[in-house]
Amino acid sequence: MAEFLVHTLSLPAPLAYLLAALIHCGFILGLVAAGAVVFIWAERKVSGRIQDRLGPTRTGGKFGWLQSPADGIKVLAKEDLIPRAADRLLFRAAPYVSFSSSFTAYLALPFADGWVAFDTNVAVFFILAVLGLEVFGVILAGYASGSKWSLFGAMREAAQVVSYEVPLGICVVIPVLLTGTMNLTTIANMQAGWCSNWLIFHDPFTFAVFWIYATCALASVNRAPFDLAEAESELVAGFMTEYSGMRWSLFFMAEYSSMLLVSCLAVILFFGGWHGPIPVFDWLGWAYPGGASSWQLTGFLANLAGCVNFITKAVIGVTVMLWIRWTLPRLRIDQVMTMCLKYCVPLAAICFIGALWWQVAGWWSPNHWLPLRPDGPGGMRETWVVAPEAACGEVARRLPWADSAPPHGAARRTLPGCGLAGPPAGWRTGSPAAARGGVQ
Amino acid sequence: MSIINDPRVVEFNIRTDEMLINMGPQHPSTHGVLRLVLRTDGEVVLGAAPHIGYLHRCAEKIGENLAPRQWVPYTDRMDYLASMNMNLGWALVVEKLLQLEVPEKGRHLRVLVAELNRIASHLVAMGTYGLDLGSFTPFLYAFREREKILDLFEQVCGARLTYSYIVPGGVTGDLPQGWLQNCAQFLQELEPVVDDYHALLTSNAIFIKRTAGVGVLPGEMAVNYGCTGPVLRGSGIDQDLRRDGEPWYTSLYDGYQFAVIVQKEGHYPQDHDYPAVPAEAVLGDCWHRFYVRMLEVVQSMDIVRQALDKYAAAAGDCGTPIKLNHKLPPGEAYLETEAPKGQMGFYLVTDGSAIPWRVRARSSCFANVSVTSELCRGCLLADVPAIVGSLDIVLGEIDR
Repeated sequence: MAEFLVHTLSLPAPLAYLLAALIHCGFILGLVAAGAVVFIWAERKVSGRIQDRLGPTRTGGKFGWLQSPADGIKVLAKEDLIPRAADRLLFRAAPYVSFSSSFTAYLALPFADGWVAFDTNVAVFFILAVLGLEVFGVILAGYASGSKWSLFGAMREAAQVVSYEVPLGICVVIPVLLTGTMNLTTIANMQAGWCSNWLIFHDPFTFAVFWIYATCALASVNRAPFDLAEAESELVAGFMTEYSGMRWSLFFMAEYSSMLLVSCLAVILFFGGWHGPIPVFDWLGWAYPGGASSWQLTGFLANLAGCVNFITKAVIGVTVMLWIRWTLPRLRIDQVMTMCLKYCVPLAAICFIGALWWQVAGWWSPNHWLPLRPDGPGGMRETWVVAPEAACGEVARRLPWADSAPPHGAARRTLPGCGLAGPPAGWRTGSPAAARGGVQ
Repeated sequence: MSIINDPRVVEFNIRTDEMLINMGPQHPSTHGVLRLVLRTDGEVVLGAAPHIGYLHRCAEKIGENLAPRQWVPYTDRMDYLASMNMNLGWALVVEKLLQLEVPEKGRHLRVLVAELNRIASHLVAMGTYGLDLGSFTPFLYAFREREKILDLFEQVCGARLTYSYIVPGGVTGDLPQGWLQNCAQFLQELEPVVDDYHALLTSNAIFIKRTAGVGVLPGEMAVNYGCTGPVLRGSGIDQDLRRDGEPWYTSLYDGYQFAVIVQKEGHYPQDHDYPAVPAEAVLGDCWHRFYVRMLEVVQSMDIVRQALDKYAAAAGDCGTPIKLNHKLPPGEAYLETEAPKGQMGFYLVTDGSAIPWRVRARSSCFANVSVTSELCRGCLLADVPAIVGSLDIVLGEIDR
């Protein structure tokens, strides 16, 4: 986008980049805020229906769809209470730490082919790292509130979130392993085509890993059955007890945006990202072919549809999270930690080895069933980034060993038995933005 | 300003190894205005001291100034979730003093509404227990069913919670037309829903993890502390006043077939299809107390069905309430009844006038809550609501 601004509007480069960054942030803030608003409403309706009641029905005419803005207005108008025993600076800072880390992680999340604020080859790493910062806000809030109950909640949450980052990381590493890249756009693009190409169907271990990821993601965002940091029946509201008004709503929004984030991440890593179960746009031929550099309406529409598809899948994930919250009781902190250390971590590690083995041994996977292209094999998952072939030149140039022979034991570039020596000509490698030449 | 004079400081010589936490009296899960002062070492509770009295309304003192019929609403407000049982206890003790027998129809009616209220009380216990443990949905399902019971009671006496229906001498009014059919229909609707509750709570793996082996109350300790009701039966002691109590009370239940829910020789009564006891559950833990209540709901449903038939078959009237200026013969009477939360006793001392000399309510929950400090020793903080919830206390009854 900065490029567009520079070339079309003849703005100086720094201003263009700044403007592009602001516009990206605006979009993401819009998405996060709108997401939070929609999810709060959805939570109340879904929880109502599960509990055999209706949820809000009157605000906004029908379905109570204005309930969230109404709550927002109420919350804005509340008195800003800071307890006398609270550490004033930290108390004020804590919600922003939480919210900003949750929001920042969206910068590296692609919503469609090339639609990403910060296109980086370490997107997965970035998101995991930034998500981990959220716990600082919680600890600060718990400590700074000056209340023993808040402290309890914060300590519990710190232990829980930090512990669950380990199995979460292992679970996330498995799709990275299978695709050979941390670039989320590439991971999603490699799952293009029919739903059998989705990574969740790659092998039974990856299938199991998705469920472990789901559990760890729930624990990471403090949702039931792991919501003891906010356990209403024990700690009133845990670390959030002393917060009211806008500060509280920032925490609240941070929680919902984290939920959406881990759901989006799951969709990209396991469910094909913006590529649908049915490759409609592939048939229409609307998607941007590799190497395209100019804007096309068909490409834009394909991306838009992909974005809608992506958000739909993520919303389904969040709805399942809501569903689980209103069904299951809460686990105690020692049971949560037991689950992490005794169950999730070993299982994730076993699945890691299993998926690795499956990959190396080259066993059949549903990903091979319907190939990505009519002429090419499906499921080319190997390390493109190491291939110094001309067809992958763009990416290879960025690598330290691109000009020399690949290191010993260079991974195969295609699956055994597929009959190809390398990727077909014109196949996208790295990020499409890179293929299009320059940051969009 | 030294630390002693600073009004903001409430704790001096703060220890850093133990933490003194105050749970309540306003707290989402203490089932009323109960204050629990916990001494914790991190998450482990080293000691818990219940502080009560926040709901004390001097009911017993007021009883020294009112005629027995006038004191009935005060019994309502003791265990307000089981008003009928409170009313029944008081009515029976006054009638015992007066040696006044209620006609057969009135007796069956009393059993009918008392058992229906037992179901309602156990539903609240079950729902709020799930809520304490983080399971929000069974609470609303339980209240949906309880709403139907409250509607039935509203048809009977006009009130939803504090009925003042069973009064010394009889009841305030007979059942309206069509009520028996409504009640039978409610029982039909409740039956399949109980399985839902079992699936959501009793047999739920997370629920079992939270309650099995937690707060184990040995039978001997339960007897020593005076615990009664499901708390006592959950620890394996076979005692139910509907079967074992005084004849003045047990005669009400003559001819009714029901099983006392207690684990005898390693298993519970087999007369219905109950969910299995998980391997982790230890006799006397929170799970067993919860299980006893769930099974008692089914037993009470049986009793209500029998009572509907017996009431319809009985002839006569339901008794006439005594007049306000009815002179009470001098003497004393004490009677304990099996209320949903335990054995509720009323003690009446009279001096010959229409106003009693002394009324005393022996609260079942009072003894049950006294065992909290023993049970909470050594448990984790998250177990405290689990334990207190499993004792099923109502502060109205404890504080009176």
